[in-house]
Amino acid sequence: MSRWTREQMAARVAQDIPDGAVVNLGIGLPTAVANHLAADKEVVLHSENGVIGMGPAPLPGEEDYDLINAGKQPVTLRPGGCFFHHADSFAMMRGGHLDVCVLGAFQVSARGDLANWHTGAPDAIPAVGGAMDLAIGAKKTFVMMEYLTKGGQAKLVAECSYPLTGLGCVSRLYTDLAVIELAGGEATVIDLAPGLTLRDLQALTPGVTLKQA
Amino acid sequence: MIDKIVPTAAAALADVRDGATVMIGGFGTAGQPNELIDALIDTGARELVIVNNNAGNGDTGLAKLLSLKRVRKIICSFPRQADSHHFDALYRSGAIELELVPQGNLAERIRAAGAGIGGFFTPTGYGTALAEGKETREINGRMYVLESPIHADFALIKAERGDRWGNLTYRMTARNFGPVMAMAAKTTVATVHEVVELGSLDPEAVVTPGVFVQRVVPVERVATSAGGFKRAA
Repeated sequence: MSRWTREQMAARVAQDIPDGAVVNLGIGLPTAVANHLAADKEVVLHSENGVIGMGPAPLPGEEDYDLINAGKQPVTLRPGGCFFHHADSFAMMRGGHLDVCVLGAFQVSARGDLANWHTGAPDAIPAVGGAMDLAIGAKKTFVMMEYLTKGGQAKLVAECSYPLTGLGCVSRLYTDLAVIELAGGEATVIDLAPGLTLRDLQALTPGVTLKQA
Repeated sequence: MIDKIVPTAAAALADVRDGATVMIGGFGTAGQPNELIDALIDTGARELVIVNNNAGNGDTGLAKLLSLKRVRKIICSFPRQADSHHFDALYRSGAIELELVPQGNLAERIRAAGAGIGGFFTPTGYGTALAEGKETREINGRMYVLESPIHADFALIKAERGDRWGNLTYRMTARNFGPVMAMAAKTTVATVHEVVELGSLDPEAVVTPGVFVQRVVPVERVATSAGGFKRAA
């Protein structure tokens, strides 16, 4: 069985982002999607800290710490990009003005519930940032994650055991093993990693009945 | 004559009292009013309630204020960072109260306070642990959570240019929480890198009208080759 690499996963997400879309890429895995957006597509990147039209990282020596992304790394601004305050930035999410957001996850349920902010461990420091606003705000919420935990358990589950970020908000899962559409409580496999069968994936996913597209 | 220019950060914060609620602008190091945080530390005020997106980094600024045990409660969205060890230690020992708020709710609760709104229904957080115990309502088929405004005694923010009426402009993503915090506090103190003559800020480009600002403190810029700020020391 082969797995898609993180870069392949990012490229697969990028494929599904249409020309003209306004997109927020979450911290971690989703950040890599920006490197795979085709040059002939005009995709506008939004960052929660008040910038839209974000460009790639600056050249060494050109970093400006007044111009950073949600991960607090220096970025650049594309022509047409602009700045706004935090309430406007989150109005763009909550008000449904973003087409797509791509988030990481600990768990996703077949109903599209998302858990990605807190492990719930007693000594963990809880931190939510913009995750809850993004999850429920964008027109489409994509999740990008490894299919299995380090312990080999599927992160696609019947019910999330981790604290929830949002209810019924995830429409698509992009993983190293498969791409899965979530709609109406059903999980439909759209793409499988080379050499993997639906039966193999189902065996790894005891909690959820997978359908073939 | 109106003149909101105050020569030093110390003078601008001389009336901060124990128990005050203080909003501090900034997202990461962008827009962080370092000089004002240092001056807040120097006031000696205790039992503070701090409103900030984060909970301090490293050993300076807000992290130092926390380490001195001067903060009773922090209202923030993202306290967990690689170098937030002072907050982590206080939190784990139960020495600080944390009110964790989704970032958009934090911004909107602050804006609501500044706009005289008594509360608002938001879809963010519905069905999660952060909405537990809060009133909910179905509106047009969607579930919402009632959130309340966050008012403050002081807002400490970092702007770019200002005039003696308190009109402010910002620089790139350093704007972040500045404009909404300026609205929500009884006393808003803004640092600027340039004090300009009244009338010389383009009226179309003023982001925070002076009506929201009480004190303006000029501070030096620490420029990089790109003209921006170095990572906070």
